[in-house]
Amino acid sequence: MAQVIIRSLNKRFDEVHAVKDVNLDIRDKEFVVLVGPSGCGKTTTLRMVAGLESITSGRILIDDRVINNLPPMDRDIAMVFQNYALYPHMSVYDNMAFGLRMRKFDRDDIARRVQEAAEILGIHELLRRKPRQLSGGQRQRVALGRAIVRHPQVFLFDEPLSNLDAKLRVQMRVELKKLHDRLGTTAIYVTHDQVEAMTLGDRVVVMKDGFVQQVGEPLELYNEPANRFVAGFLGSPSMNFATVKVSQDNGAIWAANAGMQIKAPPECSARLGRYVGQEVTLGIRPEDLHVASPADPPELGFDVVVEVVERLGSEILLDVAVGSATMVASVEPSIRANIHDRIRLALNPERLHFFDMQSEAAI
Amino acid sequence: MIEGASWRRWVFFYIPLTAFIVALLFPFYWMLVTTVRPDGELYRPWNAPNYTPFWTMHPTLEHIKDLLTETLFGTWMFNTMVISIAATAISLFCGLLAGYALSRLKFPFAGSLGTMIFITYLVPQTLLFIPLADIIRNFRLGDSPWALILTYPTFLIPFCTWLMMGYFKSIPKELEECARIDGATRWRAMVYIIFPIAVPGILSAGIFAFTLSWNEFIYALVFLSSPDQKTVPVGVTSELVRGDVFYWGELMAGALLGSIPVAFVYSFFVEHYVASLTGSVKG
Repeated sequence: MAQVIIRSLNKRFDEVHAVKDVNLDIRDKEFVVLVGPSGCGKTTTLRMVAGLESITSGRILIDDRVINNLPPMDRDIAMVFQNYALYPHMSVYDNMAFGLRMRKFDRDDIARRVQEAAEILGIHELLRRKPRQLSGGQRQRVALGRAIVRHPQVFLFDEPLSNLDAKLRVQMRVELKKLHDRLGTTAIYVTHDQVEAMTLGDRVVVMKDGFVQQVGEPLELYNEPANRFVAGFLGSPSMNFATVKVSQDNGAIWAANAGMQIKAPPECSARLGRYVGQEVTLGIRPEDLHVASPADPPELGFDVVVEVVERLGSEILLDVAVGSATMVASVEPSIRANIHDRIRLALNPERLHFFDMQSEAAI
Repeated sequence: MIEGASWRRWVFFYIPLTAFIVALLFPFYWMLVTTVRPDGELYRPWNAPNYTPFWTMHPTLEHIKDLLTETLFGTWMFNTMVISIAATAISLFCGLLAGYALSRLKFPFAGSLGTMIFITYLVPQTLLFIPLADIIRNFRLGDSPWALILTYPTFLIPFCTWLMMGYFKSIPKELEECARIDGATRWRAMVYIIFPIAVPGILSAGIFAFTLSWNEFIYALVFLSSPDQKTVPVGVTSELVRGDVFYWGELMAGALLGSIPVAFVYSFFVEHYVASLTGSVKG
């Protein structure tokens, strides 16, 4: 049972204000992912929870206990590092036993716990080896094993998969998910990889420039991004953005630029109303664009010129020119399209996003 | 390795390597030949018909015997050994802790303090021995091993500190952070995790410190005066050069025997030593 509560957390290094007023409530057994580009403060936040960085201001609580000034060893946490941080001079067994020995567990208890963790992770035949005799994936497992033997209240992960190759990363991601389901320990996971964030997190925290941009379940963030940054950060290929001018005509709200003229769906109209005469950013995900058929209403379509065709098998990515801008559309693999073709795309009106030009917040 | 035709390998690899080895080992060979050469050959003029500078037909152990029986060479060896080991131990202990602190702890002026320590190492001994001699006299340590055991660390500690600082910086700090999360205090993380990993660095600092104190000349010359207190470098040069007479055979025998402990220490730890200079911990 452990919930982690972060209140108005700030971190200043000499010149840099790395973490700005972060507030988070992490529930018991929850898997929370902090995601963002490098330098966004996610790792610093994690390190403050771990006790490896001092806290400039704010409070961190684990189960109603303020841990601001506790040394790392007294916080009952375990951390997995990006470079695994296995002790090179110790065997796998000793690596996993180290934390227990430091805490004066008795011999039999240590042996039992290490065996148990080794079996969960499938590394019991590696226990006598030294870290340098292990592959990347095996080292990662040992690092996980070292974290789970102590049955800590909170797991902290600092980009644990980013040193693995692509295939292994997917595999370990699945295993991490299973491991969390099995152990049910509260986990905070830092990554810059949005796919990891979306697949692993019960909730995802998107950070940028030290600020929390949005907190929510993965699909919530994907479908209802709070601002342009979150919209562009999550999803691959990322969301298309276009600057459009809002106008009102015959009771309908229109968004138009040099290459397109779109009638905003009624549910957006109310919110867009106060932007009439101004420019806003329109966002549409590649999969919400399709090649227009006669059934599509003309006010949701626009003409484009195909510039690049990327055939991925399950879908085709079309890089298209819309006026002077470019967009990416993910279309059915059966579509026949060639470079320089003029085609008409239609968009899904329910999946349109609008963002304020200044604040970049969703409208 | 150099790829390509065999002549290239000869020109760029074997011949330079041979030249290098010959140049490096020749002084030792010269020492050995001079040691075993009988006096009659040693003082033969260069234009004598049977002059053979590079080898001898009548090797003798006479000079070694003289050195061991007629001089206090055994005592000098013992003195040098005691002084070197003690000075190395003190310097290594201080250097380890100082190097760790300077590379890992965050405190004001940590960076400039490291540089300042290094600068003290650069102050020449020829400048320092005069004030140090005054201090030695004030503490009445002159002509005793303590004079050297306590002054050698003045240049060995900066040296060890600097070397260990560099080595500690090459050890990922995550190892220590992980240990501290695992339940170790900073002290225990240092002792159980960082020091064992730093063994190659500690060994090379130790070897260097030992060699420097073994070969040290000027402090030993100034601070020690009785023959039975002297170290090998000073003893050999002061007792075997009398006026303008050089006892070449005994001198070279002393140099040869005096370099054996250092050579032994080097060869014993050479693998660790090379490892510490060429690379460190891989993740």
